Amino acid sequence: MNHNTLILGAVAYDPKVVTIWDGFQQYFADHGLPFDYVLYTNYERQVAAHMAGHIHTAWNSPLAWLETERLAARAGRRAEAIAMRDSDRDLVSTILVRAADSATSPEDLRGQRVAVGAADSPQATLIPLEVLAQHGLIAGRDFEAVLFDVLPGKHGDHIGGERDAVRALVKGETGAACILDANYGLFLKEGTLPAGAVRSILQTPLFDHCNFTVLDGGPEAEIARFRELLLGMSYADARVRRLLDLEGLKQWLPGRTEGYALLAAAADRNGYLDRTIAGIAS
Amino acid sequence: MTTVNLADLAFEQGGALLIRRAIRALDTGGAISVTGSTPDLAIHLRAWCRAEGHRFAPSGGGGTIVKGAAAGERWRDAVRAGDATPGGVVDAPPQRWGLAARGALVESGAPEFAFPLTEKQQVWTADAARIYAMAAANQWDPASSIPWDDVFELPPEIEDAVVQVMTYLIENETAALLVPSRFLAQLHPHFREVMQVLAVQAADEARHIEVFTRRALLRRDRLGLSTSGGQESLKTLVDEPDFAIASFLLSVLGEGTFLTLLWFLARNAPDPVTEAVCRLAAQDEARHVAFGMAHLREHVVADPALLGRLENAVRRRHRELEHTAGHNAEVFDALLLIAAGSWNHDDLRAGHGKVTRLLADMNEGRRARLAKLGFTEGQAGELAALHTRNFM
Repeated sequence: MNHNTLILGAVAYDPKVVTIWDGFQQYFADHGLPFDYVLYTNYERQVAAHMAGHIHTAWNSPLAWLETERLAARAGRRAEAIAMRDSDRDLVSTILVRAADSATSPEDLRGQRVAVGAADSPQATLIPLEVLAQHGLIAGRDFEAVLFDVLPGKHGDHIGGERDAVRALVKGETGAACILDANYGLFLKEGTLPAGAVRSILQTPLFDHCNFTVLDGGPEAEIARFRELLLGMSYADARVRRLLDLEGLKQWLPGRTEGYALLAAAADRNGYLDRTIAGIAS
Repeated sequence: MTTVNLADLAFEQGGALLIRRAIRALDTGGAISVTGSTPDLAIHLRAWCRAEGHRFAPSGGGGTIVKGAAAGERWRDAVRAGDATPGGVVDAPPQRWGLAARGALVESGAPEFAFPLTEKQQVWTADAARIYAMAAANQWDPASSIPWDDVFELPPEIEDAVVQVMTYLIENETAALLVPSRFLAQLHPHFREVMQVLAVQAADEARHIEVFTRRALLRRDRLGLSTSGGQESLKTLVDEPDFAIASFLLSVLGEGTFLTLLWFLARNAPDPVTEAVCRLAAQDEARHVAFGMAHLREHVVADPALLGRLENAVRRRHRELEHTAGHNAEVFDALLLIAAGSWNHDDLRAGHGKVTRLLADMNEGRRARLAKLGFTEGQAGELAALHTRNFM
């Protein structure tokens, strides 16, 4: 075993994750970077492993990034987001209602049931509920948030929860549903949402999604090479295009963290993030 | 800047197509403006642009799209898989062209297939397209092309002889179906016309098996005999791994010989159904022989050493079958009885004469085809005589 091997952690939210990281492992090896990966069933276990030094970099959901950043700060350490997908930048979630209903603003959701995704989904639960809260509507007090909790621990990476949420809306079981903009298009395309059946009454501000997180004290040379190879990947290169398509990007970009402010506000509401971190730490 | 006005056309109901068309006309970095009156247009535009690698800036109900580099990058290293016309066949199509239509633009990074037959010289003939077109135009319907309902009754032992010959034909046509089918699955699909010829050849044999079976069971409820010698002979064909040799042994020598046999049966058929099934099958077999001859002739021209390999194959097969019965006495007797038409001495003598001439005609047909392939007169005569006594 090579002791210079860079070890990445990723969450197995879908079988294709193995194909993706096996493919990248080969690509990195071809470019002189010994690389291996460890799969976790949930982000909290991955964050704990990262803090314990079992992995050198983590392919993190935005919530897992916040968990790592917060835990690192408490330990006097520093977390850094070194790279992200082009498709991780500037996402929007939307709150949909049935087109025929009279609702036109968040205020109209008062007293209603609102379908959201998994409890730990930034895009389908945490951020939309935060934006509603900023409009003066608190879940549990002003409306009922109905969770569609497919694969908890995976931070909403599995879109099944959002699909179930819009199905509930279309069937009239809820008065609204919160989903990511990209899934709105997907559900129309696949027919889960009949054309013209729903409309948006609210869009969230822009937010960012996943990143590769590293902690101080890691193997700097290998991490620098890893980042350099990621940023150098070209969609024109057939060897990686297949993998980029599977991972849903055209280009790796440098990491940025200002796009997580909205999620941070959401996660801090009611102490959600602190409770999660306490769970990881224990 | 071009404006695409979707008006009341929703993004997911065809609007995306119009936008894609407009973006195709742009260079990387070029921009279009999108307007429209459907609800949520900007939401869909933003998500779509993010997935496609374009930049998006909302304005009003729509926005501005700036074309990203990825759209062009996907096809940057794509290659054209030859040309759709027969003249566009390349000598050695890459395995990565895979199942792509000949002449299609193939994205780089397509999976690598493992077709064993990838050399034009091994398989190609300029005649393939013509032979396939002829085959497609001459497909016949077993239900309507054969007078199944004609009234006739044969003497019982003549009927038995017909059933025995049909049993033998089915067995042989099964070999003639399996051999091209096996190579069909090994052939690089770039050689489209050859692939089509082999496919229709297999379909022809499937139909022959059907009509021979139906004729055999027309007046009887069971089939005749299958001999070990017959199957040993056919097994050497089914086991042959080399396309040129298998094609030579099956199509040129085997089906060539069968062609003579089927015409003989059609001429001497004791009933109209036997006449029709043999005549129609013979028409198809003539094409199979023509294809085998055509591609082997071209192969020999390109690689004269092939003749030596073909000669060795005939000699090897002869040696393998030398110690088997090979000669199918049941079939031979049945042919004689069918040719005679009765147990009368004079008829039997005449029938024997016909069968003797049949064997001579078969041999002469093989000799002529061998000579046409490029063997000397001496080689052709010698190799024709070494052919299996099972005919196929």
